[in-house]
Amino acid sequence: MSEQVGTITWISGPVVRARGSRHVGMLELVEVGTERLVGEVIGLKGDQMTVQVYEETAGMQTGAPIFGTGLPLSVELGPGLIQSIYDGVQRPLPLIEEAVGSFINRGARFDSISREKKWKFTPKVKVGDEVKGGAVLGAVMETDTFEHRIMLNPDDSGTISWIAASGEYTVTDVIAKVKMGREEKSVTMLQRWPVRRARPFVSRRGANIPLITGQRILDTFFPVAKGGAAGIPGPFGSGKTVTQHSIAKWADAEIIVYIGCGERGNEMTEVLQEFPHLVDPRTGRPLMERTVLIANTSNMPVAAREASIYTGITIAEYYRDMGYHVALMADSTSRWAEALREVSGRLEEMPAEEGYPAYLAGRLAEFYERAGYVNNLNGTQGSVSIVGAVSPPGGDFSEPVTQHTKRFIRCFWALDKSLASARHFPAINWLDSYSEYLEDVAFWWREKTGKDWLSMRNRAMELLSEESRLSQIVKLVGPDALPYTERMVLETTRLIREGILQQNATESVDAFSSVEKQIRMLELVLYFHERGMAIVRRGAPINLIHDLPVVDTIIRAKSTVTNEEMHKFDDIQKQIDQQMGQLDAEYRS
Amino acid sequence: MSEVTVQGGQEVLGVGRIEGPILVVEGGANVSYDEVVEIQDSRGQVRRGRVLEVGEGFAVIQAFAGSTGLSIDGTRVRFLGNTLHIPVADEMLGRIFDGLGNPIDGGPEPLTDRYMDVNGQPINPTARIYPRDYIQTGISTIDGVNTLLRGQKLPLFSGAGMPHDQLAAQIVRQATLGKIAGAPPTEGEEFAIVFAAMGVKNDVADYFRRSFTESGALTRVAMFLNLADDPPVERIVTPRAALTLAEYLAYELEKHVLVVLTDMTNYGEALRQISNVRGEVPSRKGYPGYLYSDLASMYERTGRIRTSKGSITQIPILTMPNDDITHPMPDLTGYITEGQIVLGRELNFAGIYPPVAVLPSLSRLMKDGIGKNRTRDDHPRWGAQLYAAYARTQDVRALASVIGEEELSDVDQKYLKFGRAFEREFVNQSFTENRSIERTLEIGWKLLSILPKKELTRVTLDEIAQYYKGDDASN
Ligand SMILES: Nc1ncnc2c1ncn2[C@@H]1O[C@H](COP(=O)(O)OP(=O)(O)O)[C@@H](O)[C@H]1O
Ligand SMILES: [Mg+2]
Repeated sequence: MSEQVGTITWISGPVVRARGSRHVGMLELVEVGTERLVGEVIGLKGDQMTVQVYEETAGMQTGAPIFGTGLPLSVELGPGLIQSIYDGVQRPLPLIEEAVGSFINRGARFDSISREKKWKFTPKVKVGDEVKGGAVLGAVMETDTFEHRIMLNPDDSGTISWIAASGEYTVTDVIAKVKMGREEKSVTMLQRWPVRRARPFVSRRGANIPLITGQRILDTFFPVAKGGAAGIPGPFGSGKTVTQHSIAKWADAEIIVYIGCGERGNEMTEVLQEFPHLVDPRTGRPLMERTVLIANTSNMPVAAREASIYTGITIAEYYRDMGYHVALMADSTSRWAEALREVSGRLEEMPAEEGYPAYLAGRLAEFYERAGYVNNLNGTQGSVSIVGAVSPPGGDFSEPVTQHTKRFIRCFWALDKSLASARHFPAINWLDSYSEYLEDVAFWWREKTGKDWLSMRNRAMELLSEESRLSQIVKLVGPDALPYTERMVLETTRLIREGILQQNATESVDAFSSVEKQIRMLELVLYFHERGMAIVRRGAPINLIHDLPVVDTIIRAKSTVTNEEMHKFDDIQKQIDQQMGQLDAEYRS
Repeated sequence: MSEVTVQGGQEVLGVGRIEGPILVVEGGANVSYDEVVEIQDSRGQVRRGRVLEVGEGFAVIQAFAGSTGLSIDGTRVRFLGNTLHIPVADEMLGRIFDGLGNPIDGGPEPLTDRYMDVNGQPINPTARIYPRDYIQTGISTIDGVNTLLRGQKLPLFSGAGMPHDQLAAQIVRQATLGKIAGAPPTEGEEFAIVFAAMGVKNDVADYFRRSFTESGALTRVAMFLNLADDPPVERIVTPRAALTLAEYLAYELEKHVLVVLTDMTNYGEALRQISNVRGEVPSRKGYPGYLYSDLASMYERTGRIRTSKGSITQIPILTMPNDDITHPMPDLTGYITEGQIVLGRELNFAGIYPPVAVLPSLSRLMKDGIGKNRTRDDHPRWGAQLYAAYARTQDVRALASVIGEEELSDVDQKYLKFGRAFEREFVNQSFTENRSIERTLEIGWKLLSILPKKELTRVTLDEIAQYYKGDDASN
């Protein structure tokens, strides 16, 4: 058990100072006060230690004890993580509710992973096998369809001297013994890993498979690769959370880690109540069966908010190590940065920009570096993709968190207040956003769809930027001043905006578009453009194109044609042919 | 400096330093962080405060009523050994309290042995019920396009001189549990109302009191008043005291509670002032870096939980300095609350009441409380269509101001007409008009019928067939 290592001398909010620095290490987990609240040593100076406390400190007194644990802040890893909802330091919220009711009481202590539940373990190694860190020793079915691989701790290696037979075990039962030199180590299905230390891998792989999210503006226009990092900045009400929820629902990852970091309680409740009833289109199982939730809402202790990001990413890396694709959502990284700032402020550290500590950029870099598509220690490949929401004050992207984030991500989804006001959703501004993964994932698109996605996508982008130039002119002189060919561009870009870019997350058919549907829609709109252009070049007035009934059909296709009804797009193409054909014939003579 | 331990806590005579509302007390052992203190000046007058920081042998204290009249040697500080608690009871409805929860209506202290910590505790997200039941406010810009749900926090963003008080009063007066369009009216449970005033003028408090009296609601209202001439530091406690009572009423007595907090901007001022006196590192515009967390610790005290039938719905009011929505107070509020109703200066000048600027307004929970079996099937798409059309109107207006209205295309002319009608017939309604949801939907369709069918791509073709009333005969 832990022993007293210090005595509290000063308390201000989540930050406590104590005498006794000689008995603890930097980043050691400590227990603070008589209630033994969880804290972490974040500074050592002379005789003094500084501790950030993960729980409310009201009522705590100077002179109260601090207990050491000798361990860094860690998470528990093992079967049972999936479908859990934890606070920022991995306390299971449902158990807290069961024990203390609807309001979170401090001091409540529970195992993060159930010690009672039995899992059906199947060994994958035999006595005498040489095993290295990360080696898969066995497997359990964590859900009906998800195989959880029990791995040797990355830091260990040796020879299997005993392995449990197939059967039911709890996470604390010994399932293997490994001879490491002269020692024999007993291995259970439960591992601890310090959250601030990235889990090791062999090497990085090229990130060239897109993370398919079913969101057209993301997949078709600004794709993120599996193992990549994307940032989604936007003012309040512009769609950060809805976009993150959509990705969590529909992304083709095997595991989703969703971190509600300093945001609303109701948004986490929404996920908790909705995900069990939504079906993963790929496995046919409830979405909850691939999801791990971390909820440290805005009113929960601020230091635990700081930790929540690390808790989440460590869990994500653990599943990556098994050879899975994991997508992690963090909503919002700005609240995490503010937690850093708040603690830094209480320490009276020298602030850099806008009160943020000088190490903000370094911490952001460390976090996004933990994304990656990698060769694992055990020979499998897996990825962690990160999608971080950013909440810039006043929606001003020049502030420090947005600016530093931009340096460490390769995909930038810029939300735009004016699009959101006009209820153009997702309100991602197509001119301000970018993806540096376009070339990387182009090959995948060709293999998958047999089509030249990148040229089509670039063509559509060209039209959209042409539209922005033309609309400047329209603003000054009205649309009538433009030649028909330019007005044809505006007709087409309206179809791109309303028919493709706009996507309603709350509408069942529209919420998720398959890759096939996405590329087919794009193809149709560009086809419409080419045919229309040919006709107006012959002098046909633009309103004839504008009034074609197929225009309305194309705009509505996103919600009238399901992912299973691809043949309906052939019908639409026929309508284009027929209606354009008529005009074409009229103006050919 | 002498120390004595008296019943109920230790007492320290004399303070080390006084700066603004902040006192630093030396001596005193075993002081707790966030503990309440009683501060007695040399004449024996007692005021309260609380501990902001404790060190070995010293404590930093914030005096709620400020430090006027306190002296270094003559001040006694008594540590009460607990965080700030207020009494809570059903009979507090119908009563008026000061900003710290003491009765100021001449009546007795509430008779109860329930005392609750004003800081509350965070609701466990697993214990919440996601809000789904809409509140009919009878106001088209809310019910129609920014629907308010039971358990939602939806602030009014306003500016000096705009009718936010009237609008809040109208919401409170007309709010009933919403019903499916076409269903017979139901006897909705009445809301209990908790009203907190922070730094507003007496007329504002008076206005609400009169409004509650006229609507017969006064017996269901508890008022916590910290007015403009009351001590600013007390404002830090006022909304928390109000929310503590609201939580008791909602989660223990299972009532539906509507909380009105006004004016949160004054609250922010008080917080900034204390932070500045303490020399904390500011973030934007001198506000402390923890402003977001601090506001969240109040706004998140809203919602429904599984163990109670009751609910807390919050309507904070805040005036935006210089009508600037990017100012830290509205900005951070908008980041926490579930939408915002924004009042617009131009509409107000044009004599439109309520001057709700529809485009920047939002109800994030609306999508979960409307539509089939809640209001009417077409409602979500109808709302998106109104938004889209009105947004387009703004572009057309900008164009018209450059090229002249006559030069606009036919369709654009129709948008102008739509925009004018939208403001005059949909947004505009009288202070006493209580529109049913059916009526609101009907007005909306009437306005959409000004536009050609082809423009209405947000609603379905079936809905156009059923509700469109315009003279566009195309299919
Ligand atoms: N893709 C979408 N489809 C439909 N509505 C959306 C979409 N994205 C955003 N919204 C609307 O915008 C509101 C605000 O979005 P949200 O993601 O909560 O914003 P943020 O997290 O940036 O503050 C939502 O409540 C919803 O009404
Ligand atoms: Mg959000």
